[in-house]
Amino acid sequence: MRELVPAVIGVLVRRGADFAAAEDAVQDALVEALRTWPADPPKDPLAWLVTVAWRRFVDAARADAARRRREDLIERQPAPGPANTADDDLHLYFLCAHPSLSASSAVALTLRAVGGLTTRQIAAAYLVPEATMAQRISRAKRTVSGVRFDRPGDVATVLRVLYLVFNEGYSGDVDLSAEAIRLTRQLAAGYDHPEVSGLLALMLLHHARRASRTGPGGELVPLAAQDRSRWDTALIAEGVAILQAALARDRLGEFQAQAAIAALHADAPTAAETDWVQILEWYDELAGLTDSPVVRLNRAVAVGEVDGPRAGLAALAALDDSLPRYTAVAAYLRERAGELDTAARLYAEAADRAPHLAERDHLIRQAARLNAR
Amino acid sequence: MAKYLLLKHYRGAPAAVNDVPMTQWAPEEVTAHVAYMNAFADRLRESGEFVDGQALAPQGEWVRYDGEGRPPVTDGPFAETKDLIAGWMVIDVDGHERAVELAGELSAAPGAGGKPIHEWLELRPFLTSSHTITE
Repeated sequence: MRELVPAVIGVLVRRGADFAAAEDAVQDALVEALRTWPADPPKDPLAWLVTVAWRRFVDAARADAARRRREDLIERQPAPGPANTADDDLHLYFLCAHPSLSASSAVALTLRAVGGLTTRQIAAAYLVPEATMAQRISRAKRTVSGVRFDRPGDVATVLRVLYLVFNEGYSGDVDLSAEAIRLTRQLAAGYDHPEVSGLLALMLLHHARRASRTGPGGELVPLAAQDRSRWDTALIAEGVAILQAALARDRLGEFQAQAAIAALHADAPTAAETDWVQILEWYDELAGLTDSPVVRLNRAVAVGEVDGPRAGLAALAALDDSLPRYTAVAAYLRERAGELDTAARLYAEAADRAPHLAERDHLIRQAARLNAR
Repeated sequence: MAKYLLLKHYRGAPAAVNDVPMTQWAPEEVTAHVAYMNAFADRLRESGEFVDGQALAPQGEWVRYDGEGRPPVTDGPFAETKDLIAGWMVIDVDGHERAVELAGELSAAPGAGGKPIHEWLELRPFLTSSHTITE
């Protein structure tokens, strides 16, 4: 039933309903559905929900005398009937990722309206009180309540929001990575753009390797040490196919380039057989597309693999040492260059700066390993 | 998206600009101070950035494991400590810049003479367990 929510909200909003009112009406309709469907299942659940939600919305609007003007608008709208679901879903994506929203509000609203998750589920995933998340969502709704649906939004913003959801991983009862993939698939089905395919491919390729990325105690397992037999080959094949189709259209973007790098990693039977030369070429492309310092940091790692740790350190020297993970990369390259004392000190320093628990513990272990030699 | 801990210290922080002990404030100045803090928390609830906050009593003690079958060793409540935490608030904000902005606002709570205390607040990011993909 949850899958139908965005479509129903989309229809109501297209017909002139205010976003918040549309959502309330859909919630009412869902409650009604839970009550009556078990005994009397509808032939077309979507049409049923649209009809009931629309009736609720009209009732609510009529009850409010101050809304007479909007009522007039409603009168002029066509009667409920078959809807162009893909289009309506799409508009909802753009609305939820509207540039006027902060990143966290856009994420929360997307999960609520497009994903159909409950406020409680979203709050649990982000480890904040339900009341906090409810406020975040209702503020976001207020922010976009005046926004009309007549102009397509910026697809880059939508993709950024979906990638944020994906990178949150999971906690509680909702797997946000899987949710992000579901939403991106849905977007890709209704919106034809190589970068949407690029992001979907990137997510699938990362997701395929997820099981091998952590050890039994939750510890981080670096790419080179991962058990490649645990990679999901079906997901990898799907990601590569989607990526190839996108690349063939010759409209390269950031996500396609990142997916290409992920695909090259996924393609290597062993870490030693990784095609670093091609990966470095893709990092060069990516640096040209984004000029992001994080990309140049990753590129320095690739340089280290292709031309040796000295060359990697030279590439690193051009970057700002306050970048996240700069010190971790420096430690790795120093170790490969045989400067073990310096590497141990840098690993310890990098551990102090690590943004995540698993990463910090991993870096502490690296420092300990070198110090214990 | 990023959680931060705001720590308020009884002692251990650098001296505030308006550095008058609370016990020497006028009662209405104390009331105004508390009202400011509550209004601040309410605003963060409203903006969806509030996670939790509590005040702590100054009476802390140290506790240590003392071996198998023995009760823990305690030291205190008068243990030597240079740092004493008065309370904390956890916020969940878009980034570091916003966290600093909010800490600055909280540090502006009124004190003696109704003027901002300009006290130092400690701001600490949470380590999270989420796995941002970095390979």
